[in-house]
Amino acid sequence: MENDRAMAEAALTLDEVPREELESAVIRFAGDSGDGMQLTGGRFTETTALAGNDLTTFPDFPAEIRAPIGTTYGVSAFQINFGSRNVMTSGDLPDVLVCMNPAALKVNLSELREGGLVIVDTGTFTDKNLQKAGYEANPLDDDSLSRYRVMAIDISKLTLEAVKECEVSKKEGLRAKNLWTLGLIYWMYDRDVAATVEWLGTKFKKLPNIAAANIACLKAGHAFGETAELPDGALVYEIKPATFRPGLYRTVTGTEALAWGLVAGTQLAGLKLVFSSYPITPASTVLHVLSRLKAYDVVTFQAEDEIAAAGAAIGASYAGALGVTSSSGPGVALKTEALGLAITAELPLILINSQRAGPSTGMPTKTEQSDLYLAVYGRNADAPLVVLAARSSAEAFDVAIEAVRLATRYMTPVVVLSDTFIANAAEPWRLPDVGSLEPFPVAFHTDAEGFQPYRRDEETLARRWVKPGTPGLEHRIGGLEKDYTTGNVSYDPENHQRMTDVRHEKIARIADDIPEQEVDQGPVQGPLAVVGWGSTYGPISRAVERSREAGISVSHIHLRYLNPLPRNLGDLLAGFDKVLVPEMNMGQLTTVLRSRYLVPAESLSKVTGKPFKIAEIMDAIRAHSEA
Amino acid sequence: MNDTVAIPALTPQDFTSDQEVRWCPGCGDYAIIKAVRKALAEIGTDTKDVVFVSGIGCAARFPYYMDTYGFHTIHGRAPAIATGVKLANPELDVWVVSGDGDGLSIGGNHTLHALRRNVDLNILLFNNEIYGLTKGQYSPTSREGTRSPSTPLGSVDHPLSATRFALGAGARFVARAVDTDQKRLPDILKAAHAHKGTSFLEIFQNCIVYNDGAFDAFTERKTAPETQIFLEHGKPLIFGKERDRGLRLAPGTFSLEVVPLGEGGVDEAELLVHDQTNRPLAGILAEMEPPDFPMALGVLFCSPEESYEAAVYAQIEDAKAKSKADGIDALLRTGHTWTVEAR
Repeated sequence: MENDRAMAEAALTLDEVPREELESAVIRFAGDSGDGMQLTGGRFTETTALAGNDLTTFPDFPAEIRAPIGTTYGVSAFQINFGSRNVMTSGDLPDVLVCMNPAALKVNLSELREGGLVIVDTGTFTDKNLQKAGYEANPLDDDSLSRYRVMAIDISKLTLEAVKECEVSKKEGLRAKNLWTLGLIYWMYDRDVAATVEWLGTKFKKLPNIAAANIACLKAGHAFGETAELPDGALVYEIKPATFRPGLYRTVTGTEALAWGLVAGTQLAGLKLVFSSYPITPASTVLHVLSRLKAYDVVTFQAEDEIAAAGAAIGASYAGALGVTSSSGPGVALKTEALGLAITAELPLILINSQRAGPSTGMPTKTEQSDLYLAVYGRNADAPLVVLAARSSAEAFDVAIEAVRLATRYMTPVVVLSDTFIANAAEPWRLPDVGSLEPFPVAFHTDAEGFQPYRRDEETLARRWVKPGTPGLEHRIGGLEKDYTTGNVSYDPENHQRMTDVRHEKIARIADDIPEQEVDQGPVQGPLAVVGWGSTYGPISRAVERSREAGISVSHIHLRYLNPLPRNLGDLLAGFDKVLVPEMNMGQLTTVLRSRYLVPAESLSKVTGKPFKIAEIMDAIRAHSEA
Repeated sequence: MNDTVAIPALTPQDFTSDQEVRWCPGCGDYAIIKAVRKALAEIGTDTKDVVFVSGIGCAARFPYYMDTYGFHTIHGRAPAIATGVKLANPELDVWVVSGDGDGLSIGGNHTLHALRRNVDLNILLFNNEIYGLTKGQYSPTSREGTRSPSTPLGSVDHPLSATRFALGAGARFVARAVDTDQKRLPDILKAAHAHKGTSFLEIFQNCIVYNDGAFDAFTERKTAPETQIFLEHGKPLIFGKERDRGLRLAPGTFSLEVVPLGEGGVDEAELLVHDQTNRPLAGILAEMEPPDFPMALGVLFCSPEESYEAAVYAQIEDAKAKSKADGIDALLRTGHTWTVEAR
């Protein structure tokens, strides 16, 4: 092939290639849904974390489990940004694009930075696959890739050669080509294969021949790099370990952090966790993680539908456990009536919403943050509750604990907003010492003397929580309006006004029990504040940092508490001439801030199902600074 | 021997709350709540351990009138909420009060799944074949042709049998009773309570305002002995004031037939004997309706199996016993970790 020859002519051997030191790199692995790209990305993530780099990942896969092979809509990708400095996003544009078939090239090439490296498996560039991907001519044979560097390798063939000695069928052998490719990338970035070898041995413990084939391919890919004649230009890199705060680290996804945070939070509260959910992408994984934690006294319940999941969680809270339910947008919509019950019954409840692109079914595996209105406003009648948002995978742990604290202290539902990106993305996490966290034990009411179910704590306005089974405190609550004190059914007009007021006031007062809003970076007043919430933290943070390095005066404010908002937020925003709100929706926080504080907040909206690029936010910052 | 004090026996009054009952005068619900209070007093469960969970509808106001723990929730969802109560605390004695609209229309899905899971709940389904609280629309158990505000020319859809639905859903305890039958209803309630797992009790309840007399065909006091058959496990299927009629399988078929008993009729030995562990038998008994057959009341089916929450907790206990789990900090440190040293 033309490219092979060109590479051979310009070849250098390993000894002659010094490793170029990079600060960071972005790699995107892309292939068919069946090519194992998520597994490949996961292993590269682990190895990279163990090598001491900071990192952020972006798994990007289709909703179809196995779309027809070779089609563009069946392409699955995994992007990782890793470096020796603090890594905040999964990377704007990949430096390296790995394409296991023509469809992967077709879908992802436009993302690759100019001059970037594309690695393709030529063995899959058959007429049939090219046609399926929508190519009229082979892009490897014309000038389609002239703006990039290309490594065209018949990975399929080399994979089959590597497994020759293993007792596997041709089909089984070919499935290991992702490991061959991973081996090559490991060599390029000077990574150790040992952790992956160990992992494969465990994963395929019962299928030793498959384990052997995968390990053989991993090593063959690595050896290919060492021995192959490679094209001109430095292709091997070194990325030194990042500087982390001293401590013990692991990688964590938002799903894991949320699940573990719920377990930690309920332990700090001294409660049993009853987690009740219905399968839905991308939220199901929270149920998966928690259902394996039975040894931690966690009760999980896969309900018959979203409403039952919310209902069972409310029932659990009524009975004195902490009920938690979880879903994504369409499922959350179904739970809204139940949330109203928890609000009026004044029971603690946590609802995790792993937001995805909508409306309706939308794009189930793509990220968005368009359920802010749903969380803050989306119920019949005046039905206030607490809304929190996690800004990163690791931070989701702290947010889950805070949700437990607020739900139990104020006898209220708390919505925790996550999203597809946070749910799936992995990052290094400095492990907290849960044993040293301040417990917030729940004191159930047990004193029958003068007991009234709706008598409130003067400070928090929370009613008392009584466990059924407590003698002398038998009482009835429900969805009908209740008398302010006794909780008995009441249709009294003044009482309804008073109850509506107190439900509102109880949530509003929480603003006194949460930290005042801080400025993440930049001056506390000035010409421009960029205000964000949720998973836009990474790109906003980096964009503001770079803009400031370029001499622009801009500040970053990132909200964890969306209802109630921090009590100083209005004053803080008033100190800026302009407020820019980047959101993966059509401007929902923008509306909230404008209506609440009458500030001239402007929206930077993106709803492509993909996270913001740093450059997109920098462009907007520049535009708002010049205007 | 230590001193003992007599524990005062519970009375129906102990289960009566201070709230004014707001059902229509003459409503069948009054009779049902009376029987439930009596049954609970006889069972002797402490009021503190009893939880009534209801959805929406006339029947759903039930918890307010019981001096136990109670939760009046949202339309149709009581079985799901009660499941959560039981999962959080399996020691509680949990009752679900529902109606034909609440339990079989908007909440049909939850009733179905509570039954198939076999959560240890006592589900009382008050069937009055009408929507009462919303002023008289036809319900999923209303007979074809029911004229109502929403079906002025008569309903054209087919009704559901609550009992057959429960049997089909895999319920392990299915019984039927009549609201005013104060002699038998408390005993059936006690049997439902004694059953570990979901107990499903359909109670034919007269709505005096919107569907008065819906069940007269088998509840009319004078004719009831001829139009009802009360099922007792291990006893032949006999009914009639004179106990002169019985049920048997029509020869060569899987269909029931009513036969005269005694002189000129068949011998008692030829009759079917009620076997409450036989689900297909429960199914054909549930099919019977006047005027051709008597209405089957009492326990149609009872065949206990491990309840859902018991199985859930057994898995948890097993996991705890096998686990080396050593606190949340250890959990976070499973898998690959690495240490960054201070420089």
